[in-house]
Amino acid sequence: MSNPISLAFKKAKQENRAALLTYTVAGDSSKKQSLDILNSISKSADILELGVPHNTPVADGSQIQTSSYRAIKNGFKMNDIFKIVKDFKKSNKNKPIILMGYFNMIFQYGENKFLNKCNSSGVNGLIVVDLPWPENKDFAKKCKKKSIYFIQLLSPTTTTKRLKKIIKDSHPMNYFISMLSTTGGKLKVSPNDILKNYTKIKKIDPKKEIVIGFGITEKTIGKLKSADGVVVGSAICKEISKSLEHRQNPVTNVSKLVKKLKSKIL
Amino acid sequence: MKIKKKIPLIDQANKLGFWGGKFGGNYVPETLKKPIEDLEILFNKLKNDKSFLAERDKYFKNWVGTPTRFIKLENLTNHVGGAQIWSKVVSDANGGAHKIYNATVHCLLAKRSGKKFIIGDTGAGYAGKMLSMAAKKFGLKCKIFMGAKDISRQQPNVKAMKKNGAEVVPVYSGSQTLVDAVSECMRFWVANCDTTAMCVGSTVGPAVFVRICGWSTSQISRELKVQLIDEFSSMPKKLKLYNCVGGGSSSFGFWNEFMDYDKKQCEFIGVEAGGPSKSKKHAAPLTYGSKIGILHGAAQYVNQNSDGQIEETESISAGLDYPGISPLHCFLKDTKRARYTAASDEDALSAYKTVTKFEKLRPSLEPSHAFSVAIKEAKKLSKDTIVVVNSCGDAYKDREILKKRLGKKYV
Repeated sequence: MSNPISLAFKKAKQENRAALLTYTVAGDSSKKQSLDILNSISKSADILELGVPHNTPVADGSQIQTSSYRAIKNGFKMNDIFKIVKDFKKSNKNKPIILMGYFNMIFQYGENKFLNKCNSSGVNGLIVVDLPWPENKDFAKKCKKKSIYFIQLLSPTTTTKRLKKIIKDSHPMNYFISMLSTTGGKLKVSPNDILKNYTKIKKIDPKKEIVIGFGITEKTIGKLKSADGVVVGSAICKEISKSLEHRQNPVTNVSKLVKKLKSKIL
Repeated sequence: MKIKKKIPLIDQANKLGFWGGKFGGNYVPETLKKPIEDLEILFNKLKNDKSFLAERDKYFKNWVGTPTRFIKLENLTNHVGGAQIWSKVVSDANGGAHKIYNATVHCLLAKRSGKKFIIGDTGAGYAGKMLSMAAKKFGLKCKIFMGAKDISRQQPNVKAMKKNGAEVVPVYSGSQTLVDAVSECMRFWVANCDTTAMCVGSTVGPAVFVRICGWSTSQISRELKVQLIDEFSSMPKKLKLYNCVGGGSSSFGFWNEFMDYDKKQCEFIGVEAGGPSKSKKHAAPLTYGSKIGILHGAAQYVNQNSDGQIEETESISAGLDYPGISPLHCFLKDTKRARYTAASDEDALSAYKTVTKFEKLRPSLEPSHAFSVAIKEAKKLSKDTIVVVNSCGDAYKDREILKKRLGKKYV
């Protein structure tokens, strides 16, 4: 049986479009609400990334930091994330879920216990921001045994030699960081330049799916739609913060935003 | 797990940057892999390059001011009545603390790599102040990240940074102290590593930063070794070196040259910040048995909850107020080469009072922690034992805290 992540890319390709990946933080602003958001955006998004909130994130910009602090403040615990995924999967069996977070959370939970929990709750992929290659080799192998994709991050600073080595070891999906930035930074390079880098990476192994993320908003997503997939995270977290501030319903607002994002890549 | 002899401790990490196979490493976002590798190549080359060493020594001698004094605290020794108490007055160094060594070396490295900007984190404000001084000296633009809480409690150093032309960026996230400043500084580097050099203010962070800082502060023990032999005509038979430990840069530098001595001859005692005596919070991960975890790119003992969220610390001393600890110290602890203990806020204040009462020395709140333990232990030690305390910072920066806690006459 194929990993639902691969099936999602296949489906998007059949529809001749990029896959839409969203990122929200687990437990933001509450456990129930983050589940409601997932349920509601899953109609438009192809793959859902769920952030594991951490309080010393070295690669996240202010929007995701705000969401993470809010989730922790509202009592987020590691076991909650598996509960959210499990509940989500009850009604969305085939919608792929990727957990994204920092290694200390996995390390404290215990690598094996963490992967078992991922498996039993229905997690399909993992992105570990601060576990780069080659340090991640052993962990990636463990993921593979559980049929979970370990998604490698690639950056504009990654040398060609290194790109080749990482991609050779990689699972079917990788993540290209659009520019030198933390998450949610202002796009400081042109979409054309991002796509040039993307094409260079894609050529190394055309069979591997490459998604582009960091700094992508409603305004820029359309220009990157020739990629295998595009990720929007901070813009969604910002929408949640804004909704809370204006005492509006984040579920409705985020849902509208994701629908709009989808329309831009059709 | 074992320390190798005749190899500098900073060079005893394995290929992936782990000391003892499990402390340190490079848990960093992919974007930082390349700049870190570039810095490693540069540092590995330059640390053996004669012209670079000469340049470093020139600035250490003429600008930082070497050697700093090694003095006997006669009155304090008589008052305590036990071992001889000496001090290495590292606060003599330009700027008033040991942070100048690391800052100078990072600026020299930045110059060699052609970078025009340098960023750094700071807790007590010393790392930031020294980086701003060195940046000014070497013509680099400088930005310092500092927790908002620390900005308000360490104003003298903030003023100094601004005077040196550095931009001080307040960090409002989390506990608004050093841990958040380091995170924010690393985040800024992630976004600007193509043009900007980063200086991590202590022996923490990804492995290369641990190594550069330890290599730089080792100047302290190089001087002390010469001074000890000058004074006693040979290495003392019973030597005890007391140092406060926050991130661990001054203590590592204070001990490095003595690493190969048997600990029966030369013992290392690290004093962590125990926090207020009535509070459960502390900044003493080694003393209180914190679990190993990952913070700022390195595996280390760190205060955290069972989920892996980093816990808030509490200490009167901003320079020690850090939930983690250098991988080098984790290694020294597990190999039992060094012994670690903690002093509370109250202990440190009381030691400050004692030292300033008997001596013309004003240790900042950080070394006051070390003095507290040294004074207590010296009482029970023989007269031929040489106790040396690294007075690694000057109390000028703490004047507001001292005024509030001890009254005007102690400022």
